[in-house]
Amino acid sequence: MVRKLSFLLVALIIMSLVLSGCTPKPAEETGGGEEEDVIRIGVFEPMTGANAAGGALEVEGVELANKLYPEVLGKKVELVIVDNKSDPVEAASAAALLVEKEKVAAIIGSWGSSLSMAAGDIIRDKVPTVGASCTNPLVTQGNDWYFRVCFIDPFQGKVMATYSYEKLGAKKAAIIQEVNNDYAIGLAKFYTDAFKELTGDDNAIVAVTNYNTGDQDFSAQLTNIMTANPDVIFAPGNFTESALIVKQARQLGITVPIIGGDTYETPEFIEIGGDAVEGCVFSTFFTSETPITKESEKFLEEYRAEYGKEPAAVTALAYDAYILILDAIERAGSTDPVALRDAIAATEGFEGAAGIITLDENGDAVKNAVIKQVKNGEFVYMDTIEPR
Amino acid sequence: MAFDVFLQHLTNGISLGSLYALVAIGYTMVYGILRLINFAHGDIFMMATYFTFYSIVIFGVPWYAAFLAVIVVTGALGVILEASAYRPLRDAPRISIMISAIGASFLLENLAIVIFGGRPKAFPALDFFTEVIKLGTVSIQRLTFIIPVMTLVLLYVLLYLINNTKSGMAMRAVSKDFETSRLMGIDVNRTISVTFFLGSMLAAVGGIMWGMKFPQIQPLMGVMPGVKCFIAAVIGGIGNIQGAVLGGFILGLVEILLIAFLPDLTGYRDAFAFILLIIVLLFRPTGIMGEKIAEKV
Repeated sequence: MVRKLSFLLVALIIMSLVLSGCTPKPAEETGGGEEEDVIRIGVFEPMTGANAAGGALEVEGVELANKLYPEVLGKKVELVIVDNKSDPVEAASAAALLVEKEKVAAIIGSWGSSLSMAAGDIIRDKVPTVGASCTNPLVTQGNDWYFRVCFIDPFQGKVMATYSYEKLGAKKAAIIQEVNNDYAIGLAKFYTDAFKELTGDDNAIVAVTNYNTGDQDFSAQLTNIMTANPDVIFAPGNFTESALIVKQARQLGITVPIIGGDTYETPEFIEIGGDAVEGCVFSTFFTSETPITKESEKFLEEYRAEYGKEPAAVTALAYDAYILILDAIERAGSTDPVALRDAIAATEGFEGAAGIITLDENGDAVKNAVIKQVKNGEFVYMDTIEPR
Repeated sequence: MAFDVFLQHLTNGISLGSLYALVAIGYTMVYGILRLINFAHGDIFMMATYFTFYSIVIFGVPWYAAFLAVIVVTGALGVILEASAYRPLRDAPRISIMISAIGASFLLENLAIVIFGGRPKAFPALDFFTEVIKLGTVSIQRLTFIIPVMTLVLLYVLLYLINNTKSGMAMRAVSKDFETSRLMGIDVNRTISVTFFLGSMLAAVGGIMWGMKFPQIQPLMGVMPGVKCFIAAVIGGIGNIQGAVLGGFILGLVEILLIAFLPDLTGYRDAFAFILLIIVLLFRPTGIMGEKIAEKV
């Protein structure tokens, strides 16, 4: 009995490891030199861990796009989705799996700049990769093989600093940032630079405090911020931590506006934050309230039909990453890595769901930013800001 | 630092420390009896929060009934875990049981990912517990009063059980020596099951309170609290129940006051918990309240 139970347990452990790895069935190896009849596109996203909700939103976008555009060059497109577990080390191995073993033609991902940066060196010179919502400048900088369909943080930081200064009339700001997240650190820095320039005051940032991914208690940091008495709190970081931060801030009696970046836009931010996150303002990529292109309309219609809810901005971006890759494969006429890379780099005026995509010399899209607010438990469109 | 700010920090520290203490009791109790570090304790704690989530949010059970049910079900989970992962290894070297404990921990985490999904869920925190009370300029959640009281009550109940009941006497005997206890007619397996039942029930209470304070649950949420409460238990003297409570409060206060007085080091908060552990292990390996145990030959 006992022995049976322990065997059962071992079997369960193995099974759960296999299942949770989310590793797709490895497709049959293609025999040497034989022409493949499918084109495989890798998707590497956080499906578990701290960023799981963000990854899930992007996978929705890619899967929808794959359903609507299942073929290119007369071949079927097959998605290979791997979980990078919200961890930079896992992200590197997930990317290596796609490059070395799955032999994908292109890769989409990842939610989270740190995760994307971890894959940078692995995909370089091998597989062209398109990020959907990784906004840290370093993702594409110095890497000709990494592209993205979203704007970058220097712009986003400026948008939020301008909002704080002009719309909120803030003269002093405090920052609470996720210290081991490149996205949060970068965004906080660009916000700081822009805010200091706008106020003309070198001491305009009255407090900077840190936390780690996965932290749940922020009471001490927030008490420190409270004593600095800022007009606004900028809190770039992962959505769950951010929701808890806002909640705990309100419980401590902090009433000043708390604002953030694109990562706020997940259903979990509102579910976990509840009433406390009402009024939080953040910048993001796209709004479903005013479709921008023909593709936006198609995307919105199909998404609503498929999922029965409003899409998040990152979902639209992931959708765009997929159709952009397909378009580039068509333009290149093959999936040869160098030809495909050059085709993606040459993208100009491409109609995506989240706006027109023109890639600059770094491989970054130059696009409008959208400002949204949490109102009555929903994300509501406030304003559109154009890049200079 | 103004006095009221200091009071706020102190309140925050006590609030966090009492949570650590609550979870650390269960940890230390299992160790005290079995000399086994139950690495799965944090994951049982996680399971309890999911049970609460499902019973209240999905099945709409009233909260008091849900809490009772969750505590009992989690206790049962602990017993099943013990019977399947630890009992078969009762006479194996201690290292095998420890590895089995790590395996059980991974099993629970991955099962949770498969069954509940990797996306975080909002814990149904009750207004009664989370309501904020203002004392002058200091904001205090009602939880901050409830958790320490609950911790102390559970501490005394547990001490009473161990010192004054027959099962408790059996537990103490088993903690000294399996073989001799068996010869004295004590059902060792049953005693250990009871230990796990109690320990897991404590994890469930800790999980529910943790969820109230930090209303976000996900499959890996037990890892860090598990480690922190283990540190708390070691600081207090692992195996010593009063020590675990003391260690929990110390750890919570140290973490918060570190950030309060050295704001620049905020990012190293978890590192400090580990440094504290190392210091205690270096200078007082048996912890603050731990007794010296002569190694059995």
